Amino acid sequence: MENSALEKVASQVRRDIVRMVSAVNSGHPGGSLGCADFLSFLYFEQMNFNAESFSMDGIGEDLFFLSNGHISPVWYSVLARAGYFPVAELGTFRKLSSRLQGHPSTDKKLPGIRMASGSLGQGLSVAAGAAQVKKLNGDNGIVYTLHGDGELQEGQIWEAAMYAAANNVDNLIATIDYNGRQIDGDVEDVLSLGNLAQKWQAFGWEVLEMDGHNFADIREKMTTAKSMCGKGKPVVIIMKTEMGQGVDYMMGSHKWHGVAPNPEQLSAALAQLEESLGDY
Amino acid sequence: MEFEILGNKDTRSGFGEGLAELGRTNPNVVALCADLTGSLKMDAFQKEQPERFFQAGIAEANMIGLAAGMTIGGKIPYTGTFANFSTGRVYDQIRQSVAYSQKNVKICASHAGLTLGEDGATHQILEDIGMMRMLPNMTVIVPADFNQTKQATIAIAEHNGPVYLRFGRPVMPIFVKPDAKFVIGKADVLTEGTDVTIIACGHLVWKSIEALAILKEKGISAELINMHTIKPLDAAAILKSVSKTGCVVTAEEHMMNGGLGEAVSQVLSRELPCPQEYVAVNDSFGESGTPMELMTKYGIDTQDVVNAAMKAIARKG
Repeated sequence: MENSALEKVASQVRRDIVRMVSAVNSGHPGGSLGCADFLSFLYFEQMNFNAESFSMDGIGEDLFFLSNGHISPVWYSVLARAGYFPVAELGTFRKLSSRLQGHPSTDKKLPGIRMASGSLGQGLSVAAGAAQVKKLNGDNGIVYTLHGDGELQEGQIWEAAMYAAANNVDNLIATIDYNGRQIDGDVEDVLSLGNLAQKWQAFGWEVLEMDGHNFADIREKMTTAKSMCGKGKPVVIIMKTEMGQGVDYMMGSHKWHGVAPNPEQLSAALAQLEESLGDY
Repeated sequence: MEFEILGNKDTRSGFGEGLAELGRTNPNVVALCADLTGSLKMDAFQKEQPERFFQAGIAEANMIGLAAGMTIGGKIPYTGTFANFSTGRVYDQIRQSVAYSQKNVKICASHAGLTLGEDGATHQILEDIGMMRMLPNMTVIVPADFNQTKQATIAIAEHNGPVYLRFGRPVMPIFVKPDAKFVIGKADVLTEGTDVTIIACGHLVWKSIEALAILKEKGISAELINMHTIKPLDAAAILKSVSKTGCVVTAEEHMMNGGLGEAVSQVLSRELPCPQEYVAVNDSFGESGTPMELMTKYGIDTQDVVNAAMKAIARKG
């Protein structure tokens, strides 16, 4: 896909995000906006999947697990825009009886979601298990995950990191949303991750670094990551992003992690984001 | 009211045999263990199905997540570790990735309760039934002996959904027939009686069988139900029996809070209020000792079932 086309997808996804969270005055716009480019690329160029007839088992498909479930708005928007369910359904986000729960769930049967997430740190284990079963089934699909950088403070992530390397789970590509922010402030101040690349390398992973807002770089690194699959090691991509990317007053701070824009703020945000594919 | 003792074995060995048999008969069954393969008797499966056995190391949270992920693609994962590390340590992982996500994971928990013995209270979980039966979508099974544990291990592969299977370490008499059919949610009425209903699970079923003989000497006719499935609970079996006997004793190797007794009382308080006595551990941690010493000290032994039955009958007035 042309970079210009990907930019149009990501712009519409950003509009969806701010409209969804503003409509219910809740949700997490900051990290969602920061991952809009990455998830747009993943679903519109990188992954092989069947959106029209979603199957839980995803045999023969690539799989994606969102481990930092609080950025559900970006995932819901991308899933809808990729054809998993009608975009009009984005208007039900966080409302009673909606399939678009505050954090992703499987119980309402929203196509595209294979595992609940929200309580942090669990997605890498799940992905490693799904990846091992793909191997057992002779399925060449790749398993992708996304994690927050703050989420890496959870111990289970490192249990899974140790396991995946020790067991040569080499059909697994994990991405870290390295925006340096979490609810209480900068990750560096709350609980420093230290040298993150060295940590993953020491755990036995292939490590790539990527600019999460540059489609040329995303394409290059994701292509490299895919080419590393099947060679004995899991792959992690440390993706530099800006929380709130695309909405000027949300950038450069942790304050929009979990706060929704009011109607005036929403107007200001929408003025900065092209309605490229039509609002829901 | 004679029970034939068919042998003496530990329930965990029933799990190991059942799992090995599943390995041979069901290609979708996979097994995971957190560094307790020998204790869980998973060696046979590991040896016979090496490509379907996953050693997670001492990392139980990751093991539960792996198992949840392995259901995607059609596998039926059985996780094995001690009951303490199968539940309390990984409650949030089970809650989100297994129960809420409705994944077909079988959480198989050995060394449950006091009868783990000498290792002491750090390892003697008495709260696990309560934690697991509180989770929506979770089925909770506590088989009574070696044969029943083997049968339950095999039966739960045919049930699509999360299951907690609880068993233990001590060698106990076997009384369930080797060819008995295990039906999830269908209680086994072991003896018919008219004076009191005894509802037991796990090792307390055998203790209750021993109590029957003592009660009989006292001229008391007790009806004994093996409630191997705590959830979904066979309410019909409870009501049918208690409507005849008018009082009930529940017996379990678990905390009184949250256990079988509480589940039974939920049924009876609404449908058929009657005297109920609880044979269970009363708000206390365990300690080191032999399994049988501990059962006596903590009030979940044969004589405790007898005393509870006498008390329940007396309360009928």
